Amino acid sequence: MSALPRADELGLIGCHVCGQVCRAADTDGGDAALACPRCGSTLHRRKPAAYTRTWALLIAAFLMYIPANVLPIMRTASLGDIDDNTIISGVVELWVKGSPGLAVIVFCASIMVPMLKFLSLGTLLVTSRSGSNWARRQRAQLYRLVELIGYWSMLDVFVVALLTALVRFGFFSLVEPLPGVVFFGLTVVLTMFASMCFDPRLIWDGKEDSDD
Amino acid sequence: MDAPSPRCIDTTAPALLICEHCDTVHRRRPLAKGEVAECARCGAVLERCRGMRANALLALVLTALVVFVQATLWPIVTLGLNGQYVAATLWDVIHMMWLDHSQVVAVLAAATLFVFPLAKILTLGWLLAYARSGRRAPGFRPLMVALHHLGPWTMSEVFVLGALVSIVKAHLYFDVLPDPGIYAYGALMLLITVFAGVDLTRLWDETRDEDAGGAP
Repeated sequence: MSALPRADELGLIGCHVCGQVCRAADTDGGDAALACPRCGSTLHRRKPAAYTRTWALLIAAFLMYIPANVLPIMRTASLGDIDDNTIISGVVELWVKGSPGLAVIVFCASIMVPMLKFLSLGTLLVTSRSGSNWARRQRAQLYRLVELIGYWSMLDVFVVALLTALVRFGFFSLVEPLPGVVFFGLTVVLTMFASMCFDPRLIWDGKEDSDD
Repeated sequence: MDAPSPRCIDTTAPALLICEHCDTVHRRRPLAKGEVAECARCGAVLERCRGMRANALLALVLTALVVFVQATLWPIVTLGLNGQYVAATLWDVIHMMWLDHSQVVAVLAAATLFVFPLAKILTLGWLLAYARSGRRAPGFRPLMVALHHLGPWTMSEVFVLGALVSIVKAHLYFDVLPDPGIYAYGALMLLITVFAGVDLTRLWDETRDEDAGGAP
């Protein structure tokens, strides 16, 4: 399997945007000014400052994630009875009163997916930086999974928004969004940017040993 | 073999492919209909041969546009309490979030549920209308780049699941009546799933620029 050549070794660059195979021959100095001849996008051998940017966005997302979970995301008021819900208490309420199936889906989207993103991107950043040879193919798959499911975390934000718009019977019943939902929305957006800034090619950049 | 299966590669296609996930260089092989080329190193999809031609895709995009307009304009669900009824459309959702001090969420919802999906559908329709005859639409280059960057920022399918969860939650306290909007969203979700399997970068190879010396 070591016969698989990499674009970098052959002096080629693949365009992120249109897939065009470009020659990188005259760019030994830096690839700052190189543009794809077909679509005009800037070409990078690797995404610029991938580690720094991904770390920064991931940490920012995590900082937002704390108030997102601690603060309530939604207030339901009916006949003077005020009830503030956090993400977790919303899942519990669905489990107890509604349908456990949906509770599992919401739990996955709101709690498991963000945690999975923090853990996987963190792991990918650390192992890629050290050029680790460990489970490369699985790590590549993990990155693609994170990219694929990342945006489903917006689920809870949309639920709060829809319920707010629906439940407005004035005095009798009211649903209001609370600050937690803003923090949660920002968490999702920041983690999406973080996974975009990471360059999965870095996973494969260390020395490759026999088995893979 | 009886009938020759349609091939996805033509002589104008470049001979090499680079995996965007691990930078491995592959020699391109012709794919039969429905086949998928995977990277030998990391297992990522390199390219897929869609069974559909530009014509069929354009028809789907137009369907998506009709369904999208309906999903956006029609109310999604109606809630009832003591004979009082409240219905909400997507715009009510965005408007209420704006009024309720959650402008960030309102902007996010407007972008991911209205602006970006609409931009994606219109752009695709425009590009495909020309691609039917192998031509590049005016603005082909910037539009293809924009389409690439829109990537995961259209979230209509997440909203469908959100609507479902909201219905179940609201059902604990109110009468819930589904409105036509929710069915339109369901149909949109199916169409989006079909589009997800389409490899749009192929449009670069399948169309030719008229001013850049493409012989008639």
